Amino acid sequence: MAPPATIVALEESGALTLRAEGDWLVASAAELDRRLHAFELPANRRVTLDLAGIDRLDTAGAWLLLRTEHALNARGNQVALANMQARFAPLIDQLRARGAGAPLPHPIPPHYTLIGFVARIGEITVGILHRAYSILGFGGLVAVTAAQLFRRPHRLRATATLVQMEQTGLNAMPIVGLLSFLIGVVMAYQGADQLRRFGAEIYTVNLLGVAILRELGVLLSAIIIAGRSGSAFTAQIGTMQVNQEIDALNTLGLDPVEVLVLPRVFGLALTLPLLVFFADAMGLLGGCLMTWATLGISIPNFLEQLRGAITAWTLWVGIIKAPFFAVIIAMVGCYEGFNVTGSADSVGRLTTQSVVESIFIVIVADAAFSILFSILKI
Amino acid sequence: MAADLAGAATSDEIVIRVRGLVTRFGAQTVHDGLDLDVRRGEVMGVVGGSGSGKSVLLRTVIGLRRPDAGSIDVLGYDVPHLGESEARALEQRWGVLFQDGALFSSLTVAQNIEVPLREHVPMPEPLMDEIAACKIAIVGLPEATADKFPAQLSGGMRKRAGLARALALDPEILFLDEPTAGLDPIAAADFDQLIRDLKASLNLTVFLVTHDLDTLFAICDRVAVLVDSKIRIGSLAQHLKDDHPWIHAYFHGPRGRAAQPAAAH
Repeated sequence: MAPPATIVALEESGALTLRAEGDWLVASAAELDRRLHAFELPANRRVTLDLAGIDRLDTAGAWLLLRTEHALNARGNQVALANMQARFAPLIDQLRARGAGAPLPHPIPPHYTLIGFVARIGEITVGILHRAYSILGFGGLVAVTAAQLFRRPHRLRATATLVQMEQTGLNAMPIVGLLSFLIGVVMAYQGADQLRRFGAEIYTVNLLGVAILRELGVLLSAIIIAGRSGSAFTAQIGTMQVNQEIDALNTLGLDPVEVLVLPRVFGLALTLPLLVFFADAMGLLGGCLMTWATLGISIPNFLEQLRGAITAWTLWVGIIKAPFFAVIIAMVGCYEGFNVTGSADSVGRLTTQSVVESIFIVIVADAAFSILFSILKI
Repeated sequence: MAADLAGAATSDEIVIRVRGLVTRFGAQTVHDGLDLDVRRGEVMGVVGGSGSGKSVLLRTVIGLRRPDAGSIDVLGYDVPHLGESEARALEQRWGVLFQDGALFSSLTVAQNIEVPLREHVPMPEPLMDEIAACKIAIVGLPEATADKFPAQLSGGMRKRAGLARALALDPEILFLDEPTAGLDPIAAADFDQLIRDLKASLNLTVFLVTHDLDTLFAICDRVAVLVDSKIRIGSLAQHLKDDHPWIHAYFHGPRGRAAQPAAAH
């Protein structure tokens, strides 16, 4: 066991000697720090720091010595370091030369004050508006690039688009199908439970048909795809940004929007309506099985009732919204990917942001569609 | 923990001992029976062509990769078979600087330096801040760097900050992976000087993987050259006389010749 680090004060013929002993290492720094703080420093005296007893010294120990020396000097003492072993000299010299001083106080984040709080709210608001403007600008850029593509269709990256369709559509079928099926089951159960009180349980079928075809199928698919593919778009493009692959594309004369964004936008816009149709079918299947199990409505009866409850437009209202939602999800995902700067940290942050933003905009757009359809009386 | 500062002289104590190291990737043998000794207080430079396994050697020595055969002994610990408590003890006695600093991007520079302190030696926050400020000063960064995030720093500053973190616990051995890669010549020369100063004041043993001939001539006591899956260790003077084609081309190529006069003064 190494001798513990200590510091002892001795009065010798009018002069004060502080004798440091033991291992002044980072492991004993906490204990030394406590001792030094407990120590009452003299003022306006001649003080000798006697270092003869120090066996081992590292940066932390050297810092504590220098800190003590500074503190003594600040109180008007005349301080001398004495009997330092020669092998410690380079360390002490280097710390002095590099000007190791006390740390700067950590700045207090300004939003801890009331004015800071208000300012922060303003900052966030301006930030949101700025981002909305910026997303709109990105949408414009994508639209212009897409328009140019219509004039030169051979430049469409068909393979990339098909790969995106596979990844965002085909591979998402199990999860979208299962969740829609379960939502159909839950809706049927809850609807039947309420409507039975009025003896109107047969209208569970109407409820299912309208709710799933008009709203739930498309919203559920859009939200799953935002979480599954929107996040993937941000992470893919963000990682390419970190690796400077986007810069490389630019210098090679390739337009990143054309190469990366359009295949994703087109791929998703083509697959999401198909996914929505699949989700509708699975949702109705779940509802159908549940009404059969709890209400005893046979499958032919279910279909008969459904035929009376919905028109072709009920289905179309849901499906028409899908490409719009797809474009929103793909554009927001890609936009946030291009926003990545430098660190791995920002990829994670922007991926989260992209999912939250795209789900938010999808739901706002859904509300806007509801208003539009009610005006059009569909 | 470090600091038995027995002058800057190299002692005969061997702190890193590699015997019969074999590394394979599939059918490809990268290291075929390497033997390597690093003595306390010396700077050992490791050079070799691209793909000769310099970085793999470093990763194997610090235990990030298991050797396919052979033994690795650092400060008396058997690295590939460390127990948990042994690993903790050893981690406090070495510091590693990865190529781009490998700073944690969600923490400030000061917090990065405090990570090993917090983990291994509990101490009050103000003292921890003081020690972090000390390390920042030692590696020659301005004080204000403490509260910056890694993304706000230049490449050279990130390396210095990474070095400050590697030095947080005053290690005995410092592992450096391409410390001067990507730095401009002035920053690289500064970094060489910094390593030399730190070695003198902290009596470090340095294990250095590099491409940089200037660094090699400026700070290395001995050089290990990885060629043909083997290793050749010697002073620079010995390597300069070596007639192995790759070693000859390395030290006597246009860049090698240009760097040599730097060693003279």
